[in-house]
Amino acid sequence: MEKIQIDIAIVGAGGAGLRAAIALAESDPNLRIALLSKVYPMRSHTCAAEGGAAGVIKGDDSLDLHFSDTVGGGDWLCDQDAVEYFINEAPKELTQLEHWGCPWSREPDGSVAVRPFGGMKIKRTWFAADKSGFHILHTLFQTSLQYPSIRRFDEFYTTDLLVEDGRCQGCTAIEMSTGLMYQFQAKSVIVCTGGAGRIFSFTTNGAIKTGDGMALAFRAGVALKDMEFVQYHPTGLPGTGILLTEGCRGEGGILVNKHGYRYLQDYGMGPEPPLGEPVLKTMELGPRDRLCQAFWHEQRKGNTVSTQWGDCVHLDLRHLGEKKINERLPFVRDLSISYVGKDPVHDLIPIRPVVHYMMGGIHTDINAATTMPGLYAAGECACVSINGANRLGSNSLTELLVFGKRAALNAIEYISSGGKDVDDAAVTKLANEAQGRITTLFQKSNGTETISGLRKEMTDTMEQGAGIYRTEESLKETCNKLNELRSRFSAVELNDKSNVFNTDLFSALELGAMLDVAETVAVGALERKESRGSHQRLDHTQRDDNNYLKHTVAYHDKTDPPRIDYLDVVITKSKPGVRDYSGDKK
Amino acid sequence: MSGKAYIREMPKTTWWLSHSRYRRYVAREVTCIPIGIYTAVLIWGLMRLSQGAAAWEGFIEALNSPLSILFHLVAFVFAVVHTISWFNVTPSAMRVQIGEDFAPGAVIIGAHYTGWVVVSLIVLFMAGV
Amino acid sequence: MSERQVEVEILRYDPETDQAPKLQSYSVPCQEEWVVLDAITYIKDHIDTTVSFRWSCHMAVCGSCGMMVNGEPALSCKSFLRDYPDKIRIEPLAHFPIVRDLVVQLDDFMEKLNRVKPYIIPKEKKSVSDGQHKQSPAQLKAFKQYTLCINCTLCYAACPQYGLVPDFIGPAAMALAHRYNLDSRDGGREQRQEVVATDEGVWECSFVGACSEVCPKQVDPAGAIQQMKIASTVDWYKEHLMPWSKP
Ligand SMILES: Cc1cc2nc3c(=O)[nH]c(=O)nc-3n(C[C@H](O)[C@H](O)[C@H](O)COP(=O)(O)OP(=O)(O)OC[C@H]3O[C@@H](n4cnc5c(N)ncnc54)[C@H](O)[C@@H]3O)c2cc1C
Ligand code: SF4
Ligand code: FES
Repeated sequence: MEKIQIDIAIVGAGGAGLRAAIALAESDPNLRIALLSKVYPMRSHTCAAEGGAAGVIKGDDSLDLHFSDTVGGGDWLCDQDAVEYFINEAPKELTQLEHWGCPWSREPDGSVAVRPFGGMKIKRTWFAADKSGFHILHTLFQTSLQYPSIRRFDEFYTTDLLVEDGRCQGCTAIEMSTGLMYQFQAKSVIVCTGGAGRIFSFTTNGAIKTGDGMALAFRAGVALKDMEFVQYHPTGLPGTGILLTEGCRGEGGILVNKHGYRYLQDYGMGPEPPLGEPVLKTMELGPRDRLCQAFWHEQRKGNTVSTQWGDCVHLDLRHLGEKKINERLPFVRDLSISYVGKDPVHDLIPIRPVVHYMMGGIHTDINAATTMPGLYAAGECACVSINGANRLGSNSLTELLVFGKRAALNAIEYISSGGKDVDDAAVTKLANEAQGRITTLFQKSNGTETISGLRKEMTDTMEQGAGIYRTEESLKETCNKLNELRSRFSAVELNDKSNVFNTDLFSALELGAMLDVAETVAVGALERKESRGSHQRLDHTQRDDNNYLKHTVAYHDKTDPPRIDYLDVVITKSKPGVRDYSGDKK
Repeated sequence: MSGKAYIREMPKTTWWLSHSRYRRYVAREVTCIPIGIYTAVLIWGLMRLSQGAAAWEGFIEALNSPLSILFHLVAFVFAVVHTISWFNVTPSAMRVQIGEDFAPGAVIIGAHYTGWVVVSLIVLFMAGV
Repeated sequence: MSERQVEVEILRYDPETDQAPKLQSYSVPCQEEWVVLDAITYIKDHIDTTVSFRWSCHMAVCGSCGMMVNGEPALSCKSFLRDYPDKIRIEPLAHFPIVRDLVVQLDDFMEKLNRVKPYIIPKEKKSVSDGQHKQSPAQLKAFKQYTLCINCTLCYAACPQYGLVPDFIGPAAMALAHRYNLDSRDGGREQRQEVVATDEGVWECSFVGACSEVCPKQVDPAGAIQQMKIASTVDWYKEHLMPWSKP
């Protein structure tokens, strides 16, 4: 087995991983850095983000407002110390990206422009037309090229963390083009592997978002936190699940039901402002959880439009006019013409809620450190708890930067405090064991299960039991199903026996990760007997601060469902209150 | 052990037959051959001119042959085709930004045609037509 | 939803077992609104799990899924079956070595991206505490088009020059160099010229224009290269005919 010895390994080269890598390289050019990714960095799913990144920059805004929007948006499940750190760092990180060349859209006077976003009281979302994530990712990737100390391992699939003596001392990864296993011996590992939306069938998430990193940490004994909080986005294209950014509504787009009625006013987000004069933090600019729940009710009432792809409502952008649509939302126009045959300039666009983002993730503290020495996590795979029970759109891209950097700096501090040498013999032994497990999976014959079959059963049961609205009964069924699928997974056999770019093998590994992650979502949801943010129970419709103003933490078990425990939420200055999205007019 | 990546060699002489786009490109490149020859003829004419009246007369005489007239016609047509194909791509090769927006392609192409006409008129004028 | 039977031929190659690539045919029940990528994932899920290909976003932005579809480089996630006949031939992107099936080797492309120094080389040092640069919408627009490249490498598969002369830096990398040269915050053009204004750079381009025709993001790399040629030519004249114009 090839052995790579470095100081710090970063798993994942999306927005968070690249930001971490640059921070490491800038801090100390002599650090030996390995950046592993199962796809070329610019393929990472950060590229799909459209709307923008939040950070206080304009005179009419304040850090306090960003704080209260975020905490209220998260239904008070955010750790407020982390939120405070986050909003303070946000403008600096976005400015740093500006220096690195990010093509932010501009005001006529040459300053960076901001747009409104759901749940935000003030316009504070920096954007690069409607390809913000794409530009952020490419800016970071291209910037990273100037640092020779960042050794990239593109198309290396990470399979295991190497934990010895209670410390994380590296990881193993398969070089996809050859099938060869490598061991990366590192004093510290930063996991930046992104989300896990693929545990559902209808999602905005790309094929690579399979929760690998969450599963890596989980199996190594680190808890996954708040996994039951899964964000739906209100405006996905039916059929494909392709996202139309919240920027559509930020620019003034409206949602109407089959009667042409702006139904959100019936769900505590009204009154309806005149067309083209959106009022921030109301109606279409309410938070995502509320908008998706409203869709669900409209569907029950029979107010949705039935289309060839199922029930939808309409997004109406026509009043924005062709010029503004072309300038601010060109990608949205392109996507909806191509994939549903509707031109936003002239047509209503059918849309429906779609699984979008995992608020939960690897449990970290405000330093992006996990409970395991040497192991850090940042980005969507992590849960530092700035998003609480419902993330506000455009906070995530900023989070990648702020906590990607923070993880890097803390990892440096950790390794420079001494005594962090890798135990070569012990770690090599672990790596060999990891390789043995892969070989077993690879060589198994007489398997009875198929990858696509199990995957379909998993996504179906997640949609059925753990969707926008949940009940004890539906969740129990899903939990049982998932546990069954986990045991059936051991009967999967690979048809592909080639060592070269064996996507059959990687699909199997991804499925294994997804099953573990999915179970934490379902079990966490079953145990949380209240409704909060994106977690809505039809049998427990109220928020219950007495019992559940707590983070869920889930611990791995080899065969049984995860063990659930709870942690206190850090509350500094904002006591839990009522989430009000009806504007100032009551 | 894994084998090697497979390299598909491109046929060195016939590659351009494989796609209409390539054939169009080669056709465009071919149109410049008569233009090249025409330029050589022109330089040769200048040389004859410098050698005195008799040499010049001889050159003019030679140009009057049917073959030469045919060649000049062909060269003219090719030159026009070549020019048009180049003018059509000028908007992307020479972008002109006025304020925020780029001058529309038609304007840039139009400017080239105008320039062409003006220069031709000047030449014709100097030639005493 | 109407279903349609499509015959999909895929060029298969596994270096461990095959001397050369060969076509394999699959009959796929397709939905009318599917893209080519959907047909291939159907094959992988239901007919033959050994087919290897790359994809992720399914929304034409990650750049993974480039393939030759009926001889033309295309993003398979944005190639709609409705635009194709009932028989489709899918091959790995031309001009790149085949790793396995539809997966091609991108090392050369990645190296070239790196070589053109695609990052801001600041005009003047500025720290984050100094705040943002001013950049007018017009200054932004001057380079914006060239930031839209998703590195899908369709342009390399279309460019015969790259196929014939693999040293050619090629369309996307060059458009990216141009993007940074045109950025009002950048002062690195001279450094990039050493790479770009060379025989492997702009002067290898004979303006076939194929790259711009196949580019799914309208980046127009051919235009970028011609602009760089013009600018390099102007540089040459300035240097040799008007030496005083240079500081
Ligand atoms: C369509 C869409 C639009 C969005 N729009 C916005 C928006 O407007 N604003 C906003 O703030 N947020 C938005 N989000 C959310 C945000 O984009 C994501 O949360 C964020 O980009 C995640 O970044 P990341 O760096 O954590 O992970 P990713 O960018 O997903 O990167 C993950 C990396 O990990 C690597 N990796 C994963 N598993 C392995 C493994 N086993 N081995 C090796 N490498 C591995 C991958 O190769 C990849 O490089 C959007 C999300 C989507 C899906
Ligand atoms: S220039 Fe166009 S075709 Fe070439 S890599 Fe970029 S996006 Fe793809
Ligand atoms: S899958 Fe991302 S571009 Fe096609």
